[in-house]
Amino acid sequence: MSQPPRIIIAGAGHAGGSAAAFLRQYGWQGEIVLVGEESLPPYQRPPLSKAWLKGEAKAESLALRPPHFYEKQAITLRLGTRVTGIDRAARQVRLGDGSTLDYTALILATGAHARPLTVPGHDLPGVLALRNAADADALQAALRPGQRLVIIGGGYIGLEVAASARALGADVTVIEREARVLARVAGPELSGFLAAAHAAHGVRIVCDAGVAEILAQDGRAAGVRLTDGAAIAADAVLVGVGALPNEALAHAAGLPCHNGILVDMEARTEDAAIFAIGDCTCRPLPHYDHRRHRLESVPNAIEQAKQAAAAICGRPGPVPEIPWFWSDQYDLRLQMAGLAFDTAVSVVRGDPRAGSFCVFHLDVHDRVLALEAVNAPADFMAGRQLVAKGARIAPGALEDSGIDLKSLTG
Amino acid sequence: MPLITYIEHNGREHKVEVPLGHSVMQGAVDNAIPGIDADCGGECACATCHVFVDPAWLGRTGTPDAQEKSMVSFASTAQANSRLACQIQVTAALDGLVVRMPEAQH
Repeated sequence: MSQPPRIIIAGAGHAGGSAAAFLRQYGWQGEIVLVGEESLPPYQRPPLSKAWLKGEAKAESLALRPPHFYEKQAITLRLGTRVTGIDRAARQVRLGDGSTLDYTALILATGAHARPLTVPGHDLPGVLALRNAADADALQAALRPGQRLVIIGGGYIGLEVAASARALGADVTVIEREARVLARVAGPELSGFLAAAHAAHGVRIVCDAGVAEILAQDGRAAGVRLTDGAAIAADAVLVGVGALPNEALAHAAGLPCHNGILVDMEARTEDAAIFAIGDCTCRPLPHYDHRRHRLESVPNAIEQAKQAAAAICGRPGPVPEIPWFWSDQYDLRLQMAGLAFDTAVSVVRGDPRAGSFCVFHLDVHDRVLALEAVNAPADFMAGRQLVAKGARIAPGALEDSGIDLKSLTG
Repeated sequence: MPLITYIEHNGREHKVEVPLGHSVMQGAVDNAIPGIDADCGGECACATCHVFVDPAWLGRTGTPDAQEKSMVSFASTAQANSRLACQIQVTAALDGLVVRMPEAQH
């Protein structure tokens, strides 16, 4: 006798929670089981380094959907447990309690984890990471006025926390291994602007700095010693040096992984009955010659959730999106679109000194590949369309604020 | 609770009660109404909760601020009554509000 149709979603983050909702929107009538390791139903992570950390958001507003949503939509939540194994031949998963569940299709939405620091002292109490709500609560407790926070890593998480920590009155130092903050993810123009903005808000940024050791006092983190011997005292240390995909489950099941679970534009893995979505995947980018990349962003999680849900429900997939994300630091709204592979020219439109500008990154043929907008939402929206169209625009035209970008988007 | 009517591009209507203080976007998302994506969760960062406010209600939904205005003006289907649903807070005065969704948010 055949089993009732059932989708199992492994991982109840933004991707997993969205997939469950889209499956119902797209008409999936069978069972949906959403398995999550944390005790909370799906919630939004972006506020954890911003409004939530500053105490400006209510728990209710963090939830991806209200509590009654899952019951109303007949989505079964299995929280506080995880999928520990996949039997692909039997189309069955094993859960943390040893029980098994059959699936018609399986969606892996296992997310990513903080890249660990390996220096001595990395596991001391007071050394924190920021991936989930429990991490955010622990970090918030350490951010009282006058407390010294050392942030290892000048990426987006590190800089967002730095801004929130300053708003809470903490003393903040950011330690960056590279020559500039956001070295891997932003152009030098934006890095320079943000470094100056953080300095103006009292954040100390130390670049070209390697961490040798987390110093301890009374069994707790009390500072960071740099490879040049300098020591920086701290009451808490936040490690924000990137994230690694949670691909062990897929790997153990024999699914190809390479910096993420490999998927196609339907978010399907090599196994036709298994999909993977969100931070744990390495996906093709249709706007960039289908080159593979791992994206860590909410818009990507949602796009892939739609791809998987559409494929399962036999609907056409969503129109491919230009990768984009946003960040808020102080009074700066940052909106980034596209990926700056192989850029040849960068053009600044607007006035960084006035706090509103957009940096466009073009290839050798003047094709707009990516952009970074600071308090410039119209340029962001127009720029995203230019990237989507693969538009070629002369740098001089982009630079000229007198030319309405809308007239260039055609 | 104020009753809000959401009309999909294909004409399908959804009438739901939305708590005071929630946004019109939340009302759609919390009730699994198709047609509003809300990628950024209500931060006015993405313009994927674009709706057309029924002209009879325009006086009561207020006016968009500069950020919202510039974001929504780039939607391919933008009209004079276009708004981002995340920026419309539900008040008692909006009981009966009617909004229509565009064909696509992207």
